[in-house]
Parts: sequence; C-alpha cells; structure tokens
Amino acid sequence: MTRTGEGAEAGALLLGVRHHGPGSARAVRAALDAVLPDAVLVEGPPEADPLVGLAADEGMRPPVALLAHVVDEPGRSAFWPLAEFSPEWVAIRWAVGRGVPVRFIDLPAAHSLARTDEPTGSEESGETPAGEEAVRVDPLAVLAETAGYDDPERWWEDVVEHRATGGDVLAPFEALGDAMEALRETYGDGGHDRDLVREAYMRLQTRAAVREFGAGRVAVVCGAWHVPALRRRATVAADRALLKGLPKVKAEMTWVPWTHRRLSRASGYGAGIASPGWYGHLFSAPDRPVERWMTKVAGLLRDEDRLVSSAHVIEAVRLADTLAAMRGRPLAGLTETTDAVRAVMCEGSDVPLALVHDKLVVGDVLGEVPESAPAVPLQRDLTRSQRRLRLKPEALDRELELDLRKETDAARSTLLHRLRLLGVGWGEPARSRGSTGTFRETWRLRWEPELSVRVAEAGVWGTTVLGAATSKASADAVGTVALADVTGLAERCLLAELPDALPVVMRVLGDRAALDADVGHLAQALPALVRSLRYGDVRGTDTAALGEVALGLAERVFVGLPGACAGLGTDAALEMRGHVDAVHQAVGLLGEFGAGGAGSSGGAVPGAGPGGVPDVRSRWWSVLRLLAQRDAVAGVVRGRSVRLLLDSGELADEEAARLMGLALSRGSEPAEGAAWIEGFVGGGSGGGMLLVHDQRLLGLVDAWLSGVSDDAFVDVLPLLRRTFSAYEQGVRRTLGELVRRGPATAGPPVTGLGIPGFAGDLDAERADAVVPTVRLLLGLTGASAGPVEAGTHLAGADADLAGAAM
Amino acid sequence: MSVSVDSTTSATANRAEALRPHAEHAFAAELAALAAQDDRPRPQRWKLSPWAVATYLLGGTLPDGTVITPKYVGPRRIVEVAVTTLATDRALLLLGVPGTAKTWVSEHLAAAVSGDSTLLVQGTAGTPEEAIRYGWNYAQLLAHGPSRDALVPSPVMRAMSDGMTARVEELTRIPADVQDTLITILSEKTLPIPELGEEVQAVRGFNLIATANDRDRGVNDLSSALRRRFNTVVLPLPASADAEVDIVSRRVDQLGRSLDLPTGPEGIDEIRRVVTVFRELRDGVTADGRTKVKSPSGTLSTAEAISVVTNGLALAAHFGDGVLRPGDVAAGILGAVVRDPAADRVIWQEYLEAVVRERDGWKDFYRACREVSV
Repeated sequence: MTRTGEGAEAGALLLGVRHHGPGSARAVRAALDAVLPDAVLVEGPPEADPLVGLAADEGMRPPVALLAHVVDEPGRSAFWPLAEFSPEWVAIRWAVGRGVPVRFIDLPAAHSLARTDEPTGSEESGETPAGEEAVRVDPLAVLAETAGYDDPERWWEDVVEHRATGGDVLAPFEALGDAMEALRETYGDGGHDRDLVREAYMRLQTRAAVREFGAGRVAVVCGAWHVPALRRRATVAADRALLKGLPKVKAEMTWVPWTHRRLSRASGYGAGIASPGWYGHLFSAPDRPVERWMTKVAGLLRDEDRLVSSAHVIEAVRLADTLAAMRGRPLAGLTETTDAVRAVMCEGSDVPLALVHDKLVVGDVLGEVPESAPAVPLQRDLTRSQRRLRLKPEALDRELELDLRKETDAARSTLLHRLRLLGVGWGEPARSRGSTGTFRETWRLRWEPELSVRVAEAGVWGTTVLGAATSKASADAVGTVALADVTGLAERCLLAELPDALPVVMRVLGDRAALDADVGHLAQALPALVRSLRYGDVRGTDTAALGEVALGLAERVFVGLPGACAGLGTDAALEMRGHVDAVHQAVGLLGEFGAGGAGSSGGAVPGAGPGGVPDVRSRWWSVLRLLAQRDAVAGVVRGRSVRLLLDSGELADEEAARLMGLALSRGSEPAEGAAWIEGFVGGGSGGGMLLVHDQRLLGLVDAWLSGVSDDAFVDVLPLLRRTFSAYEQGVRRTLGELVRRGPATAGPPVTGLGIPGFAGDLDAERADAVVPTVRLLLGLTGASAGPVEAGTHLAGADADLAGAAM
Repeated sequence: MSVSVDSTTSATANRAEALRPHAEHAFAAELAALAAQDDRPRPQRWKLSPWAVATYLLGGTLPDGTVITPKYVGPRRIVEVAVTTLATDRALLLLGVPGTAKTWVSEHLAAAVSGDSTLLVQGTAGTPEEAIRYGWNYAQLLAHGPSRDALVPSPVMRAMSDGMTARVEELTRIPADVQDTLITILSEKTLPIPELGEEVQAVRGFNLIATANDRDRGVNDLSSALRRRFNTVVLPLPASADAEVDIVSRRVDQLGRSLDLPTGPEGIDEIRRVVTVFRELRDGVTADGRTKVKSPSGTLSTAEAISVVTNGLALAAHFGDGVLRPGDVAAGILGAVVRDPAADRVIWQEYLEAVVRERDGWKDFYRACREVSV
C-alpha cells in the first residue's frame, strides 16, 4: 500500500482530525465504516483504556470529559472533553459498539501531569492562543484563515466535504495530511518540545498495535497536527530515547459530566470551541442544516414571545444563502445565518440575538456519566478534608458548636460553607444558643446518602472543594439576577473563604448595582454587604474591594433615595422607612471603615472629611436633612429622618421641634401628620421615652391631636394606635398621666422639673406634710423650721425624691 | 412629455452648479470604473454586481489601480447584509439614531444599484397617499377624464415600472395608514389603479430602501405586517472614541469657521471629554470597561456632541476668553443628558459622583457640572 494517509512506516490508517469538528467526525465515521479496522487508536491518555467500555453505557451522554488527576493532589488535573460531535467520541462509540478494541495512545497522564512547568489548564480558564500557539492548537483554523474563512468548520465543509472526492472517504485525510506537512515545515513543532515527546510515544504505540493487528488493520484518530509526525520514519531507539527519564506521578482517571459552555475552555486537547451548539447542530442535522437551524431559532424566539412567522424563516434562509453567495461561499455558515437572523428575525437588534447565541450557538447541554464511573477527585478531596478536620459523615443529626478563633473550627466552618455553596447540604447553619458573638457558629450536621451523588455532580466544577466552590460561586454570581442575591453570595464567599471568587462576585455586584434603578434593592443589599465587611474583619480576609463596592453602593443609595421617597403609598412608605433605617445602620458601620478615623465624624459639626470630600456619614446626614425637609417625601420617612438626625446629634432640639411643628401644623393632612409621628417616635426605638422626656415634643403631639377634626380623628386613630401600642406599658402609662395632667406647653422652660407623674408646680400644703419625715430621715433635728425656710428646703427634698423615684 | 424632456436638459445643465450634486454624479467616475471591470453576475437591471456595490460603498482598489473612496466607514457586515437584501428583492430598512449616515448610505446604495438616487419620497407627518401611489393632474382629469395621461406617478410607481430603486426617508414619520400603502407594493409587487381598472406591476430590479430613526420610533411605529416585508439593518454609532473625536472635531471646525468661531488646540481636550461622557453614558459602561453606568433617555448621538461643543465655543468666544473650558460645555452636556427631569437627573448625578469625581484631571469639569446641576 502506498497510501499517503497511512503511516508510511507503521502501516496504520492515519485519520487527522479537528478536535470537536463535526465535519471531521462525519468523515471519521465514513472512513471507519469503509475500512472496518480491527483496532482503533485514539489520541488521549492510555490510563483511560479500562474506562473506554463505559462509553457504550446507557447512562453515558456527551458532552463528557476524561479527567486525569494526581492521586494525592486532586487539584492537579487535566480534562479531555468529548462532545457528541467530537471525532474521538465518534471513533470510540464506533469501535465499542462493534467490539473493536480501542486504545489511547497519547503520553500517559502520569507523565503529562508530572510536568509542573506548564499549566495543565484545568484550573485556568482557556487562555487564548496566539500566533504559533494557534497553529498547534487549531491548525485547521489557520489553514481556513489563510483561505479567507472565519469559521474553520465551514472551510472544512467547503474544501473537504463539498468537493467531489469520487466517493473516496479517505481522500480528505490524505489532503489534510499533506497540508499539515506543509504547515509543519513552516512552523516546525510550534514551539512545543513537549509535542515531540508525545508524538514519539504515539509512534511507539501505533507500531505496537500494527504488530499486533497487522498492517492496514489499525486506524489512528488524532489531531491533524500530529499526522506528519506519525507518518515520519523514526527508529524505535530514537523514540525510546526521547521518552527516557520522564518525570512520573501516580495518576487516576475517570469520566466526568461536561457542559457545552465548558467546551469553550481549552484543556487536554487544548482546543476550545466558541459555538458548540452550532457544531452539534451541524453534526446532528441529517440535511438542510441552514433551514433546520433557522427553524430552531424561530422556535426559540417564539418561546420568548417574539413574532416570528414561517415567512420570516423563509426570508432568513434566503438572505443567508444570498449572503454566502455574495461572500463567495458555497454554503451559509454561522456568520451568514447570524447576520440573516439579525436582519430578518430580530429587526436589526442585538438583544434577541444575544439570546440566540446563548441558548443555541453555545447551548445548555449537560452531559451525564453512569454511576459505575470511578469516584471523582472531588469526593477524595472531601474525604481527606473530613479526615483532617475530624468531621465524620454520619447519618444522625448532630449539633456542632464552632469557635472561629480556633484554627480547626475555622477550617471546619469554611469547609461546611463551601459545601453549602456546592449544593452539598451536609451542614445547615443553626441559631446559636448562648453566645451571639460573630466568632461563634452552630451547625446541624447530617450526612444523607444522596449527598454522595451531589458531590459527584459537583465534580463538574472542579477537583477540589476549594476549586469547585470557587468556580461555582463565580458562575452563580454571573447567573444571579437580583442584587440582594449577589450580596448574599458575596457574604457566603467570605464565609467560605473563596478569595478567588470574590473579585468576580464584586464585579458582578458593581454592575448590578449600577444598573439597578430601584433604590429599595440597593438599600436591601447594603446591610448584607456591610455585614460581610465585619465578617471579613473577624476572619482576617482582605476586604478592601468589598469596602469600595459598599461605598459605591451607599453613594448610589444617597443619590436615588430622595427621589424614591416621594409619592409613596402607605405600605411602600413603611417599607421605605425600613430601608432608611437599614441604610442608617449600615452607614454607621461603613463610616468606621470608610473614614479610617472614626471618631472625628461623630461630632456635631456636619463638616467635610479630610480630603475636601465629605465622608460617607456627613453625606448621609445631608441626605437625611433633605428627606426631612421635603414635603413630597412620605410622612413616615420624614419623621424617621428627623428622628435619626436628632439621635445622632446632627439636629438641634429646637430644629426638630420646628420640623415637627411644621409637619403637624393645620395645613398638612392629618393622616400625613400621624404618619410623621409614627416615623418619628414609632417602631420600638425608644420613641416613647423621648416623648416622656421632651415635653415640648409631647405638647406638640398633644396640641395637634386635640386640633384634629372629628372626621380626621377616625382616620388617624388606627395609625396612632399602632404607634403607641408598641410602647412598653410603663411608658404608655406615664405618657397617659402626662397628657391627662394637661398641657405643659405653657412655656418652654417649665418651672417644675417635668418629672413624670408630678404637677408642674409644687402643692405647698401637701409638700409641707412630708417635711417632718424627711427631716427625720436626713437627721436634721434643728428646731427652727420656718415656712420660708421649709420652702427652700423643699426644692432639695423634691429632687431627692425624684432620684428615689427613678 | 416634452415638458419633462426640457426639465431633464436643464437639470443636466445645472448639475455642475448644484450646491450638493447627487451621488451618481459626484462619483460618476468611480461607478463607471467599477462597471467596466465588474465581471460578476448582476441581478437584472442592476448597474453593478452586488459585490461591486459593496466595494463602491466600502472603498477599495480595483485591478486597474482605480481607487474607490470609502463612502461608509463602519462594519463591512452591515453593507454586505444591506446589498444582499436588495439582491433578494426584500425591502431594506435602515435604522439608526440621527447622524449615523442612514440617508447617506441609502442614497449611495440607490446610486450604485440603479444609477439613480432621485426616486425619493420624503416622509413627514403630512405625507399623503399620493406621494407613495399616484396623484392626478386635475386639469387633465377634468378635460379628458381619467386616463394614464392624467395620472401623476409617484417616485415609487416610477421605480416599479422602470425596475429601479425607490427610497423612502423617515418612514416612521409617515402616518400609519399611509405607511400601509407599501404593504401591497412590497408583497404583491403591484400597484392597482382602480380608477382606470389597471395596475402597474413592478418589473425585476425594483426595490425599496427606507430609513427610520429608531430612537423615537414611537412616532408611527410600523405595523407588524409592514415590518415583516423589510430586512432591518441597524447603523451603529462610531465604534471607537478616537473615530468619534475625529468626526466631532472635524465637523465642529467646519461649523465654527462658518460662524467665525475660533478653535484652539486646547479645545481638543474638551471635545475629547464631551465625546467620552457621551459614549460612556450611551454605552452604559466607562471607557476602561470597569464600571457600569445607567444610560439616560436621550440619544447622545455624535450630532448632539457636535452641537454641545459648538455651543460651548460660542459661549467661550462671546462671553469667555475664547478658550473652550469645562464650564462652557457643562451646561450643554447637562441639557443633552437630562431629557427626563426626574430619571435622567438621578442618572446624571450618579454618573458625576461615581465616575467623574474619581477621575484624574477631571476636577474642573466635575466642579463645573456640580455648579450647573444644582
């Protein structure tokens, strides 16, 4: 045989492919069907040989990946992803279905994982290959680009599949092999000496297989790039020499489920693809791929309630075909179909197009792996951590108290939080009994058998608990819609100590905050974020980024709040009051963080911070002041703002009284007035005591209430009842007494001392009756006790009594 | 008939003196060179092949060395889709905010495809049905009764019978019932004349290019029946800040000269700033791609940036020291950004506080904006 498609020396049929190329896959199937080899060799780690039978298992559904990892170090791993349309997968299924032996011939993972100088890529998210690297990774793409194509699959279709080859299924591989030879003459080994070693190993394996099954009876499916190397004549001795002394580690393999989205990550085969959904479609569509694709797109858009008729589909296909003709291509590819979909079905807009890209061009396909596949490394990593932390998985409920100041306990808490992020609900946080300090945590542990399944599922995310939780958190962050969910996630990232996930979460948080127009959402998100800041302090994590985001968030709340508080209904206003309270509390904590020097801003001077830029607290004061003074703002929020300012010492008592007088004056609606009062003194925040002690305020309330007309009184009664019924009984009674005693509003400095339960002026007659007893108590036995003198003494006695009454 | 011949002659005579010659006249040489060397298949009655039309718009060098100047600077994809749409006999709808060269592209497309860009219907709120179908010469009508001679064909009707490209400008400003006249024309490719019991059938080569502003599309939104007859191409705003700064400063320079306003080299910083602010608010993300911001309701097109800068120049020249300063453009920017007094103002303040305040070298600008914002 003189076929160029066969290894000149080894007598094997070389099928050079494009990894994840549906065109290659179809060609490989045709070639295998025509040649019917006795053995199929596939580029991949030989450790996977015993696992290959699982490919025929019912429960195996691509996309899946072969995962190799170092036994004691699950973090060092490599993936060989296989989609339904991968030529390797097609070859494996072809062989396993017919009982033909399959062997993997690439360098064993034991060696490739032992190399530490090169990232294996499992933890890195696909680095973009450039220049020479690109040639090695996807040589077909380079050939296609040279020919002026942007999609290598279309180039393959145009050049290989649509060319009349006279039915010779091997012709494409011959041509491709020749092209690769030319490429490698130019580019050499693509700058990767590692390839030489791998190719030497492949040659040796091929040679051995040919010896076993006979010349021409062996088919090799490998990346097209390697074809020239396998064709090359090299002595066994030379190949052996290349392989000598390679470092080695103990490696294990298993199948893991994969997703279309992750196919775009370069690992193992080193070839990521941008449009797995489109490739899958090309592979599975029996004919008329463009027509079928457009129908799919139309279906998707209809599900999203867009008007897309069959006429649209027809026109889109026509446009795509004509575009292809104009660009000089025999068949419409992804670019043409995308352009056509945009112009015809999406009315020129990129928004629905993004949906098409996400759901169809990439796709949401999730692979499955049979249960009989070996345990995933994540499980091993978990087992090791459990052993290290002396946390046994038990089926019984168990409470676990953790003191986060202790190292082991902190590590346990971190592990449990990470598992929760991964959906492995082994421990549920419970309410601490005793202490409520931030350094204590209580967990309820219970290991259910199905948690093992969850761990296996979580294996998609990574090989260690840390790595998996990090990628899961990052993916969750990108997928979350509500702002509060993202802040919650940030909190959980801190609890689970995932420093690498935090930047992603923070970026998403910043974006969501910037685009969220609802101040309520922002205000809800802020407390959790500030709380996270404090957790971070307890656990010693770096929270600078978090603090910046929190400050930004606060800034947005400040800008948006005055507008958001206007024109609210009763319920919305109450909710907004809650937001104002939450923000107030958060700003208090944030001030400590933001200013650095906390003490300076507590003073009564509403001044500027050090850099000329007012610090976050004083900005908040000015927002509150604005809220307090604006009539359009809901009464309950206005009242609340005044109260917060008053409590913080930012508002003088007189000013507060003035504002209250304004709010309660005759010109304003009684219902608004009642709401103002609720905001000011309601909600169990010690408002009752305030009224008790500041009679002026109480007088204002009293005067207002007396002046309310009969009709309006019925309206405001429920509101007032809600406000005052929340007070403690003692406060209520005192207030009642004060009010019954009549108006104390005669003049601001009341002559009496304004003690609850006592009149403004002394009843001299009754007071005198006490004097002898008091004298006795004080040991003042002096005889001369004129009435005048008694009067002066009385004041002092009165004060003493007051002290006793308190 | 003789009247129309006369008018054509006089039009030819006046061509050289026209303030703004038609595309097919201004670029006659390029069109001729393309036609001479175009060996690709042409759809019927097309003056050029689709490929050559695309080259005419995007520019290039022909095999004999003739240089074709680019008429449209932007993504190649857009022009290709537009030309292909015309070739599939679907009507083409060019969408875009004001100042994205919609009309310019449509004129050049018509000139390249049919060699005539004058079959034009200008859409306004008062555009009557006659402008799209046909009208009557009432003197003829009264004297001789309804006949073909009494009929005044619209540009669309002439394009149909001659197999040419018709243009409709500002389609969405035309009242909805008048718009719908186009449905029969575009789907049946025929225009019935019930008064005469006749019809005008479109011959091969007929097509229609419409332009519309997609910002205020609410004016007279297209019915879905009509929309279905169009392939839509959205013309984007300039892709890069540099390109936009270039466009703005060139245009400002031209305008300024006609208004006798001085521009110094200091002005370019302010222009860059205006363009940056506009782009960031338009795109919803800062130039460094790190912070997202909300987009206000206004268009913030390049054309508006030009007017803000021109305004600022006038301020500087007449009330300032002649140098364009932050204060001169701040009020203009505020006016362009804040269209909706409630929502946009919040967006603008957020932008000021979150982005502008932190930026190096923008202190003056921040202060100026704060002053006009309060």
